[in-house]
Order: sequence, then C-alpha cells, then structure tokens
Amino acid sequence: MRGLFIALSAGVAALFLASLLTGPAGLPMPESLRALLAGGNEPLPVVMREIRLPRAILGLAVGAGLGLTGAALQGYLRNPLAEPGLIGISGMAALGAVLAIQTGLSLAAPLALPLAALAGAAIGVGLLVALAGPRGGSVTLILAGVAISALAGAGTALVLNLSPNPYAANEIVFWLMGSLADRSMLHVWLALPPMLLGAVLTLSTRRALDALTLGEAAAQAMGVSAPALRWRLVAGTALIVGPATAVAGAIGFVGLVIPHVLRPWVGARPSALLPASALGGAALLLAADVAVRLVVPDRDLKLGVLTAIVGAPLFLHLIWKTRSGGRV
Amino acid sequence: MRGCVRRFKTTLVAALLAAALPAGAAPRRVVSMNLCSDQLAMLLAAPGQLVSVSNLAQDPRMSPMADQAAAYPANTGRAEEIYLMAPDLVIAGTYTSGATVAMLRGLGIRVETLPPAEDFDAIRDAITRMGALLGREDGARDLLARFDAELAAARGTPDRGRAALYYANGFTSGRDTLAGTILDAAGYRNIAGDYGIATTTTLPLELLVMAGPDRLITGATWPGQSRGEAILDHPALSAVAPADAQVTDRDWVCGTPFVTRAIRSLR
Repeated sequence: MRGLFIALSAGVAALFLASLLTGPAGLPMPESLRALLAGGNEPLPVVMREIRLPRAILGLAVGAGLGLTGAALQGYLRNPLAEPGLIGISGMAALGAVLAIQTGLSLAAPLALPLAALAGAAIGVGLLVALAGPRGGSVTLILAGVAISALAGAGTALVLNLSPNPYAANEIVFWLMGSLADRSMLHVWLALPPMLLGAVLTLSTRRALDALTLGEAAAQAMGVSAPALRWRLVAGTALIVGPATAVAGAIGFVGLVIPHVLRPWVGARPSALLPASALGGAALLLAADVAVRLVVPDRDLKLGVLTAIVGAPLFLHLIWKTRSGGRV
Repeated sequence: MRGCVRRFKTTLVAALLAAALPAGAAPRRVVSMNLCSDQLAMLLAAPGQLVSVSNLAQDPRMSPMADQAAAYPANTGRAEEIYLMAPDLVIAGTYTSGATVAMLRGLGIRVETLPPAEDFDAIRDAITRMGALLGREDGARDLLARFDAELAAARGTPDRGRAALYYANGFTSGRDTLAGTILDAAGYRNIAGDYGIATTTTLPLELLVMAGPDRLITGATWPGQSRGEAILDHPALSAVAPADAQVTDRDWVCGTPFVTRAIRSLR
C-alpha cells in the first residue's frame, strides 16, 4: 500500500511537470523552467507563470477533488455508481456558476462565482443524499441523478440561450464538458481555498466511512453520528465540486473511474481509498489535459471528451457485472 | 380576417406588378436582409426605393448607420415578413439562411446575394454591384470615387510596427480578412502572418504572448458576460500588450466605405 502511494505521488509530480512543459509554443525546457522560477516581464516568464502554471495547478486540484469526492460519495452511498459528474452535482454547480456570470454578480464580486457554484453543488448533493441516502439502491440513486443532471443541464442551456451575449450560447459545451484552457491565477485563487477546506472536511470522514462498510447499525454502535457524517460529506463535496466546476466546467467520469481502479489495491477500505483516489484523480486529469494539448493542439478539445472516452467503457463494464450477478 | 385577405391581395398585386415590369427597370421596393448590404443600400438607394433593412442595421454596436437605419422598418430575416413587404428585389448575404432564400425565390421574388467583402477590391465590387442592382450607377460611381479618396488619405505610413488582432475565444484574423486588410492599410505588420494564419482562426494565447506585439487590437465585449470574452481580460495579455489596447468597433464589421474610419482610428 505504501508502494501504491509512492507510485501515485511520483506519477502526479511527473504529470504536473509534463503539463508545465506542454504547449503550442514549444518552449525550450531548461529556459522555461528557469523562467518559471525567476519570473520577469519577458514573454517566456509570462507564458510560464500566467498561462501554464495556473493550468497545471488547476488540473492537479480539480482532478484530486473529483477523485476524492467520487470515493467519498461511493463510500457513503455504498454505491459504485456515485460520482459528482454523473449524478448531477457538477451540473448543478455549473448552473450556479452560469447564473452568477449571467446576472453580473461575478463582475461585481469575483467571489460570487465560486460561491454560487458551491450553492448549486450543495443543493445537488443535498437532494441526492436526501433521496438516496446510505440505504438507497442503485435505481433510486440513478433516477435521482438523471433527474437532477437533466434539470441542471436544461437550466444551464436556457440561461445561456437567453443571454444577450453572442458568445454565451456556444459556452454550453464548456459547462457540460469542461476545459482548463487559458485559466489565470485569479481562477486558482478563487477555487483553491474552498477546495482545500472541502478536502479537509471530506478526509475527516474516513474513519466513519470505514465503520459504515460494516452496516449502518454497526457504525452507529461504533459511535458514528449519522447526521454529522452526512453534513460533513455534503459540505465537503459542495466545497470541492462547486469551485472546481466554476473554473473548469463539469468534468465527468474522473470520480467514477479512479475509485474503481484503485479499490482492489487498497483492500476496499475507504480510509485508504480516499487519499489514493485524490492522487489518482489528479494524475488522470493532468494526463487528460496534457493529451488534449497533444492530440489536437490548435483546438480547445474539451477535457470531458477524453475522460468520457476513458470512463464510459468502465461504465459498460459495470453493467456487464450487474447482468452477470445481482447488485453492482 | 378580412384585413388579412386584403393585405394578401395587395401583396399579390404588388408582386404581379413587379413581375410585369420590364427587366431593365430599377426595382421599386427593395428589402435588404443583411447588415452589410443594408449599409450599401442605404448609401445608394433612391428616396423611397429601400423598403426595409435588417434589425442588425439599427444596432449601434454593429452598424455605423444605426441612426439612418432607424428610419426604416426593420426585418428579422424571416421569409414570411419579407414576403408580406411585397418586395420586387431582396438583397441578402451569401451566408443568409439558405432555406429563407429558397423560400423567397420559390414565391417568385428576385433575391440577389452579396458575398462578404474581405478586401478593398471586394468593397469596390460590392459598391458597383449594389449600384447596378438598384439602378443607381451614377451614385455608385460617386461613392466609389469618395471611397478611393478617403482610403488614400487614411492609409498609414508603412512599417509602424507589429500588431495583433485578438477576439473572444482566442480568435485572430490574418491578411485575407477585412480586419487584416484594415491593419495592413494602417501600416502594421500582422503577427498572425508569423504563424502562417491568413484567415480568422484560433491563436493560442501563449503564441500571442511569445510574439510580443507592439500593438493589440481586441474584439468588442458584449453585454452579459461570457467565458469566451474572459480571455481578453487574461493577465498574460495585459502583461505583454501595451496599455492602449484598441477595440474593434462597428466600422470593422462590414466591407463598406466606413472601413476608412477604422484605418484612421489606428493612427
């Protein structure tokens, strides 16, 4: 298990560096790293510090957040289908962000953007937890998730279609698929603090989630307070998914794939799966973001396209398993 | 209901009258449904000849002739409303909805399409063609002479430095576009050429920063925010571009004589 964490950390570090060194300008490696550290007003340090660094940081943070919340939601709902993108939490966050942008709130106060997305995500995850709960079966969860994501997607499209701005309607695809292109350090400062707080809250549920694997009654007997756990999880998820979606759009499947891939390696214990999934999510998103810049360098290929190509086959695999033997 | 029928009858009569006219006669009820042809038509049409212009022509953010356009009834480019105006000539752009144009032609209305003018010769052709369509050849000749004189006066001294055009979603324009032509006439070298860009296409922000232009001309921002326009506020852009970033406005939109104002604005 320690080997797994070391390998994951090394992978994340390597991919972070790859993200910093990948771009259309094809900058020389030693000079660009020196420019990144030294700074300055010449074009090279500006590209490294203002364009590539925020992109790499956001790739790391958003990926880690999505992996972490995916693992936590799967642990709490005791359902391998739970994932912020799939069940509409990211969609609700996108709706909140779009509302903040189109009402002009985010112009008046930059913080309104992550806060509105946070509120959207909180409503989404709150609804889901209330409807599905730790005892809810897959059908309840998926039905609730489909309903919430359809409603959030329609709301986002409606708001953008009604906008007086000629570019707004084209942005539906960003809010549905996500992208890290041309984000600035401002976005990093807006998203990172609430996401860190959310990560602390979510990681604090590790022991309780371990206990919950034994069943609700057993967990209660072991001193786990169900309402406290629920609140920490709802708040933690909203604090992570809301700001992440506000700056990067709704990126799906990261929170689904990573816990599934890593679960066998950590003995299915949530306490180990949570941090491992955070590292795995960061690695997957950084890799996807490097790939979108290499596959079609002159187009802003959306991140969600790549994560769906990786994630959808896994989803089909899950259906296959359901067909061949009872519960997922 | 009766009013409707009567209206339909007048429409029919007007259409029949138009069809009965000899081919060479100037059209008497002209409807323009494209922002750029609107402006040329307003500049050249005889009093009462132009019946309607597009609603975009009345928008001061896009149309340099918004005040004049306000005097005309506006159309929103739908076949139904244009048919009811009983035109004997409809002028559209080549990118006007094909279904609308086909529908109007199917109803027996003459529709002429004007391609977007991307350079000065194309603007000259458009003026001449509009004059011929409206039967106002003399007016077109005068306008052409005025345009050539203004253009000669507006041209800047060559080699005034390197400039970049940058719009929402990271688009730039190369030399084969109207904006590129304006930039060139003002005496600037377009950095899009350094990357082999001749049309309007995306230019990654980091390539723009690495090019280090002397002057930056950005697209106008619209009411209601969009993420696509947020790139124009990116700190990297303000770090490399000099403070006096110019914004493309309504004089940059269409290939009309107003482009000379855009050239002068770059001085």
